[in-house]
Amino acid sequence: MSFKAFIGGIAFSASLLTVNAAMAQTIVAADGSSTVFPVTEAMAEEFQKANPDIKITVGMSGTGGGFKKFCRGETDISNASRPIKAEEQKVCKEAGIEYIELPVALDALTVIVHPSNTWAEQLTVAELKKIWEPEAQGKITNWNQVRAGFPDKPLVLFGAGIDSGTYDYFTAATVGKEHSSRGDFTASEDDNVLVQGVAGDPNALGFFGLAYFEHNADKLKAVKIKAKDDAPAVEPTVENARSGKYQPLSRPIFIYVNKKSATEKPAVAKFVEFYLNTKNAIELVKEVGYVPLPENAIEAFKQRFANREIGTGFTGSKIGVSVDDLLKEQLVY
Amino acid sequence: MTEQAIVTQEAQARALSDDEIVRKAHRSETRFALIGLTVLIVTMIVLMALIVDFAIDGMARIDRDFLTSFPSRRPGEAGILSAWVGTALVILVTAAMAVPLGVAAGLYLEEYARTNWITDLIEINVSNLAGVPSIIYGLLALGLFVQTFQLGQTIFVAGLTLALLILPIIIVATREAVRSIPLEIREAAYGLGADKWQTVSGYILPAARPGILTGAIVGMSRAIGETAPIITIGALTFIAFLPPSPIQSTFPYVNADWLNSPFTVLPIQMFNWISRPQAGFHVNAAATGLILLAMTLLMNGLAIWLRYKIRKGIR
Repeated sequence: MSFKAFIGGIAFSASLLTVNAAMAQTIVAADGSSTVFPVTEAMAEEFQKANPDIKITVGMSGTGGGFKKFCRGETDISNASRPIKAEEQKVCKEAGIEYIELPVALDALTVIVHPSNTWAEQLTVAELKKIWEPEAQGKITNWNQVRAGFPDKPLVLFGAGIDSGTYDYFTAATVGKEHSSRGDFTASEDDNVLVQGVAGDPNALGFFGLAYFEHNADKLKAVKIKAKDDAPAVEPTVENARSGKYQPLSRPIFIYVNKKSATEKPAVAKFVEFYLNTKNAIELVKEVGYVPLPENAIEAFKQRFANREIGTGFTGSKIGVSVDDLLKEQLVY
Repeated sequence: MTEQAIVTQEAQARALSDDEIVRKAHRSETRFALIGLTVLIVTMIVLMALIVDFAIDGMARIDRDFLTSFPSRRPGEAGILSAWVGTALVILVTAAMAVPLGVAAGLYLEEYARTNWITDLIEINVSNLAGVPSIIYGLLALGLFVQTFQLGQTIFVAGLTLALLILPIIIVATREAVRSIPLEIREAAYGLGADKWQTVSGYILPAARPGILTGAIVGMSRAIGETAPIITIGALTFIAFLPPSPIQSTFPYVNADWLNSPFTVLPIQMFNWISRPQAGFHVNAAATGLILLAMTLLMNGLAIWLRYKIRKGIR
């Protein structure tokens, strides 16, 4: 058995040297953020039904991991829950990868508490800062320290894992400094762990994307957010995020398209056009729990892709970016 | 030692009659058996609880559609076709690579290698490799196969990575199996005038097959559930197509294109579904876990049956 199998093994390995190049032409490779994954997955699913000859693969390496592959030219599309960072721009540029930045939806970060929590109906950004800033560690441990009049109950915190784009954006929006917060909270990359944690503790407070709240609305309660002390309290809903009222916790999520792929591979261009199709960009995005962009924005990004305009309108996470701001950004490569 | 102490010891020795010694030995035996039984029961309860929990959550979800549909954004329509096909193909490549290589290496080390420091070094390394965490193999594969050799994130690379992972297990099992063969068989073969290769291929290897098979199956069972190295080399999560068919209608009728196809595997599909917000996906994940368990059991069953057949053939 062994000798024959051994020879077989060698023959088998030799046969691999024949790589089929034609296959690469009809495959569209996307990778990146797990937050954007459901949107791209939904688009890919519908697109493949209409175009069975084109194959789309979607990976989940995280925004940073996705950009690493993208800037090596391994993927055609990079999913990102935050804009491309300066270091990543540099790596891409050095490798000669030109990219087209396309915001595809909005995500409303939702602050949640246990349903039995009657006191924290609304919180101001200043109060969130007080709770989450690094100086709060070990000090702000009781609800009555957050606001006078809150009950004497321990404050139990849950939040996104510190390697996620969600954590970066939330800290930038509340604490005021990206990637900086107290360390004594339960952090998890898996949002379902956070859902379980907050649903199981009457004194808990946590944050994650709107989709996770909507699917667990029976077990959790969303807190209304006041951008300033005198601003109105806004509920995290699809409508409020879309109209720009829910600030500063609404953030855009993106896809980055390799310009060379979009020009040389018709399959990539066709898929991105499908992605930006007004009907898909509203209905499919809504179906997977995200906030669709307003129609004028979708039109503008369609135009940006048609003109193959490269570069990013961001230098680091910007806070409280309204959709109008997104449209006004000057693109820099 | 004082005289008094010796006297005391002798007195104690006399006090312990033969009966008591036997009883004492018996008691410690019973105690050990009880502890062993408790540990066994606890382990089995945990395992059964896990399987039953899976079954309660996922059983209802498993039907023909679940096995023949691609993943979808709607939990009710999603299936694991691409994932189980991917797992099956990756395991096929792993077996084709690891078994011949592992058996050959084991035979060489046991039968041909001279005992010197190089062989010692190889032996120590092989034993140590069996304990290296799987993610390290993933990193190795990412650096070597994907980035240096530019083989891409394909079924072939995944199979190769898992083959590396289980190679030490198969080598060690082969050596143990070969070592356990009675010397008489070898001597008889030599006595009949067989040379070394004839002895090894005609007598040693057939007699060692049950042991080798066990090692191969332990290795394969480990490989089938591995997620970390496959995620590291960059397996994909959403794949709604199958690799190209290995059989074609034109000459030469077979092709190896499927080896270069992107893929996903059951553990990755499961991992993805668990992290989604919709409860429906969590049910899908449980159902996927059941399928994965079933595939592992099926593989083990096949191996046990094969081993039984071979053993019967030898006697």
